[in-house]
Amino acid sequence: MLRFSILVEHWDLYMQGFGHTIKASVLALIGSLALGTIIAIFRIAPIRPLNWVGTAYVEFIRNIPLVLIVFVFFMGLPAVGIRFDSFTAGTLGLMVYTAAFIAEAIRSGIQAVPKGQMEAARSSGLTYLQAMRYVILPQAVKIVIPPLGNQFINLVKNSSVLGVIAGLDLMYYGDLISSKTFVTFDVYIFVALFYLVLTIPLSLGVGYLERRLLKAR
Amino acid sequence: MDFAGAYAPAHLKFLLQGFLVTLEVAFISIVLSFVFGIIIGVIRYTKIPVLSQLLAVLVETIRNLPLLLIIFFTYFALPEVGLKLDKLYAAISALVIFESAMLSEIVRSGLQSIDKGQIEAARSSGLTYGQTLWYIILPQALRRMVPPIVSQFISLLKDTSLAIVISLPELMNHAQIINGRNVNFVIPIFILVAFMYFIVNYSLSLVSRRLEYRQR
Repeated sequence: MLRFSILVEHWDLYMQGFGHTIKASVLALIGSLALGTIIAIFRIAPIRPLNWVGTAYVEFIRNIPLVLIVFVFFMGLPAVGIRFDSFTAGTLGLMVYTAAFIAEAIRSGIQAVPKGQMEAARSSGLTYLQAMRYVILPQAVKIVIPPLGNQFINLVKNSSVLGVIAGLDLMYYGDLISSKTFVTFDVYIFVALFYLVLTIPLSLGVGYLERRLLKAR
Repeated sequence: MDFAGAYAPAHLKFLLQGFLVTLEVAFISIVLSFVFGIIIGVIRYTKIPVLSQLLAVLVETIRNLPLLLIIFFTYFALPEVGLKLDKLYAAISALVIFESAMLSEIVRSGLQSIDKGQIEAARSSGLTYGQTLWYIILPQALRRMVPPIVSQFISLLKDTSLAIVISLPELMNHAQIINGRNVNFVIPIFILVAFMYFIVNYSLSLVSRRLEYRQR
């Protein structure tokens, strides 16, 4: 039987971790949405060198582990004099990593809009940027939302890497509580429940959006 | 930054040893996860009562948890209930638990993507349901599953680095041991390690794209 007394007695610590997990996820989401959009635009803009930069970013970041990126912010940059606290380093690492996946989601959403739309907009006198802004992006947004939701779920789960660098998140506080109580099993079951409280509703929400979007087509 | 010192032969050898452990753990895990993934996927596809619902709950729970938590759990929490695994087995068990759930979803959607007419045709030509599944549906679905499974393998290769929390002697762990010797090694080592992961994973992603292209 689970010892709920551990949860009750250390409720404040769990809440600290839970709060930081949410904060890191939301901040990294905002950052990676901005960065990801820029990279997606780089990848589809009709300018070759920008395409290369965008592609290089996405391919490189997607193929290396998140832990490594977080370590670069936590130990690599401090080695050349740029210092962050562990929470910031972790959140920046999450942002850089997730941006590559978000860029891909946005790019494929934009490219899913039929080519004729761009041609029609351009031939009716809009500039490339206007066509993008008023014709393509509004249509792409609907396609992009479910995959972005999935990325957010991944982000919440991935935020656990903050625990590796003592980044004050749920995993870190789980570690702290288990070293105070000498109990591991129960402590981590409660940590798991806190993650599920976040990820299960998000998964259900994304599933709902996906089904609605399928029907709308 | 001390590139020459960081890339000393002894360090390169040490990193390669770590990378071999990474590849070994990833390979064993993907093979085992594939077997469990197919079993779970088929059970959920055929909707075997009770078992199918139980697995659905289990798969959804595992998929919604961080892998890091599962690694912590298999290494630190299981001994508390009498199941002590060494680092290697704890890491492999955690990866297999997590990836089986992921792969079972790939298997299930692969099976569901096969046209229902295939089942009807096979059944009306006298095959049993089991035979239909084994000879008609699975072979076709497996071909469609290959590209997503390769992508999943790339994720798995990257995720082995999470086993650094239990000091499994894989690539990230070895990199950190070298980094601990001299702060000037940190950046050169991270650059090298990033390229080691990148080369293997990028090659795999090219293979996966090729396979996807060929199927069209």
